[in-house]
Amino acid sequence: MNTLFDKIWDAHVVQHVEDGPDQLYVDRLYCHEVTSPQAFEGLRARGIRCFRPEKIVCMPDHNTPTHDQDKPIADPVSRRQVEALAANAAEFGLTHYGMMDPRNGIIHVVGPERGLSLPGMTIVCGDSHTSTHGAVGAVAFGIGTSEVEMVMASQCILQPKPRSMRIRIEGTLGPGVTAKDMALYLMQRLTTAGATGHFVEYAGSAVRGLSMEGRLTLCNLSIEMGARGGMVAPDEVTFAYLKDKEFVPKGEDWDRAVARWRTLCSGDDAVFDREVVYDAADIAPMITYGTNPGMGMPVDGTIPADAADKALRYMGFRAGERLLGKPVDYVFLGACTNGRIEDFRAFASVVRGRRKAPGVTAWLVPGSWEVYRQIVSEGIETTLAEAGFEIRQPGCSACLGMNDDKVPSGKYCLSTSNRNFEGRQGPGARTLLASPLTVAAAAITGVITDPRTI
Amino acid sequence: MKQKFNIIESTCVPLPLENVDTDQIIPARFLKSTSRDERFFGENLFRDWRYRDDGTPDPGFVLNDSRYGGEILLAGRNFGSGSSREHAAWAIAGYGFKVVISSFFADIHKNNELNNFVLPVVVSDDFLAELFSTVKADPSTRVRVDVPAQTVTSLATGRSECFELNAYKKYCLMNALDDIDYLLEQRPKIEAYERKNV
Repeated sequence: MNTLFDKIWDAHVVQHVEDGPDQLYVDRLYCHEVTSPQAFEGLRARGIRCFRPEKIVCMPDHNTPTHDQDKPIADPVSRRQVEALAANAAEFGLTHYGMMDPRNGIIHVVGPERGLSLPGMTIVCGDSHTSTHGAVGAVAFGIGTSEVEMVMASQCILQPKPRSMRIRIEGTLGPGVTAKDMALYLMQRLTTAGATGHFVEYAGSAVRGLSMEGRLTLCNLSIEMGARGGMVAPDEVTFAYLKDKEFVPKGEDWDRAVARWRTLCSGDDAVFDREVVYDAADIAPMITYGTNPGMGMPVDGTIPADAADKALRYMGFRAGERLLGKPVDYVFLGACTNGRIEDFRAFASVVRGRRKAPGVTAWLVPGSWEVYRQIVSEGIETTLAEAGFEIRQPGCSACLGMNDDKVPSGKYCLSTSNRNFEGRQGPGARTLLASPLTVAAAAITGVITDPRTI
Repeated sequence: MKQKFNIIESTCVPLPLENVDTDQIIPARFLKSTSRDERFFGENLFRDWRYRDDGTPDPGFVLNDSRYGGEILLAGRNFGSGSSREHAAWAIAGYGFKVVISSFFADIHKNNELNNFVLPVVVSDDFLAELFSTVKADPSTRVRVDVPAQTVTSLATGRSECFELNAYKKYCLMNALDDIDYLLEQRPKIEAYERKNV
């Protein structure tokens, strides 16, 4: 009762369906090319249009190659899917940021950076990492394609109201510990089903202390604990981040909006269905050793004795083993989890004045063209180039095997992405999840390295 | 596929693994299709567990084990975690499953199953363990899922449990209606909401 989540959810309930779900009004629907074509097909089959086309923003990201985006996509199946999104957006009158559009990028990076995702909104997308947008103080969650069609048809979604959960992280993060490590720590403690059925509000001094980019990373990974979504109450950090962005109110409208957004917080009397508290000082740089994101440990730790055999067999590891010093074949910096400017600054801070390890293939992929432009304008590209790294073009890249950036079978990839599932980065690929700092440390040493020792 | 649900009685296919994520149910490379051809997705259900690298069926995987079959998939705890891809539900439906029984489902996948006329049935961990062992001991074990009564019964042991299903979704499943049919009738209410709030 009286939680931030309740305030936003309840304000969007059009009606409560008797003995059923809530009919929730949706302020923003994002569409990418993978989970939308069948929804458009459904609209055509029913002979209907989008109910509120101005609230829908489309962009391809999963299939886009991270090089030569000015040329047609080589894989004809990927090309057809990307072209289908452009054609559908045109047919239904929707905003579309196509490949090479200066506003294109990963949908969960672009939404907040353009100010399309704002405090107090309800936001959905056919993508589980839609939870990212909760970082601005919104109720944002991933949905299936039938639900995408539902929102296109009615700007509403039928959804049972999730229970509320608050995760407080108090204190100060240690050196070399990032928002990504916080999230991997939470997954390890709570498991990948620990927050299922719940909508999470992240709070506590360590969360307040995060930058907007850090909060976006933390909320992004809510789904990996099973949560429906995650959010952070908007504050000065949020307002400073949003001010002057393209789709944010300007002038007096801005002042009025901020005044309204300041009311978006859980009351002192708020009652959560579940609440957990952690100490930031207990969190170390984390790494995963298994095949779900909950199978994590401190980077200098040993693989637990009770780790699932099937996962360890897939990864080629043994229980009781340390990961420090193990060679990596690939490193990946990017994805909706860690493809923002702060992640590139962090990576550059480690590799500055050093050289990429021979034998390591490095994919550094900005989350959007906006991030790409920042990387160039801040001189980060030069730093990275001097260390032997090149910046690729934006997209989901090696987070999942839908474009050219696939990790070969049996190879190890230390990755800033969000999932280490079997085959996630390509059939047989072995993924270890970590922060940009830990990934950067391995990129220069060629082996798994504690970033605190660099 | 829209179909009317009532009583389903079938043998089961047991998949006693926990945390089966949707990347395993349907790997990302099969997500490039722009149509909703359930048969295509069904053919690739659990693709990388079902087939070896050379494309031949892996005889160790349950879908390739001729002793097991039926319209009910028995799955371990936390089924359908990870990606929101509805393709996973299309694959399950396309393969021919009408019901998935587990002790715990991931939220998004559970909704996706319901929206595709696949019924996720949550049973206790204890009952699930019993179902796994009776089905393993005797693959001809039949299970009855009674949607009107909201009960699931092992016909081998007679054990029965009630399962949750909200009245609205139950009505939809029993009458082959989907949420969009419902929402399209609600447009006046949506417009009234917009006048007040948007």
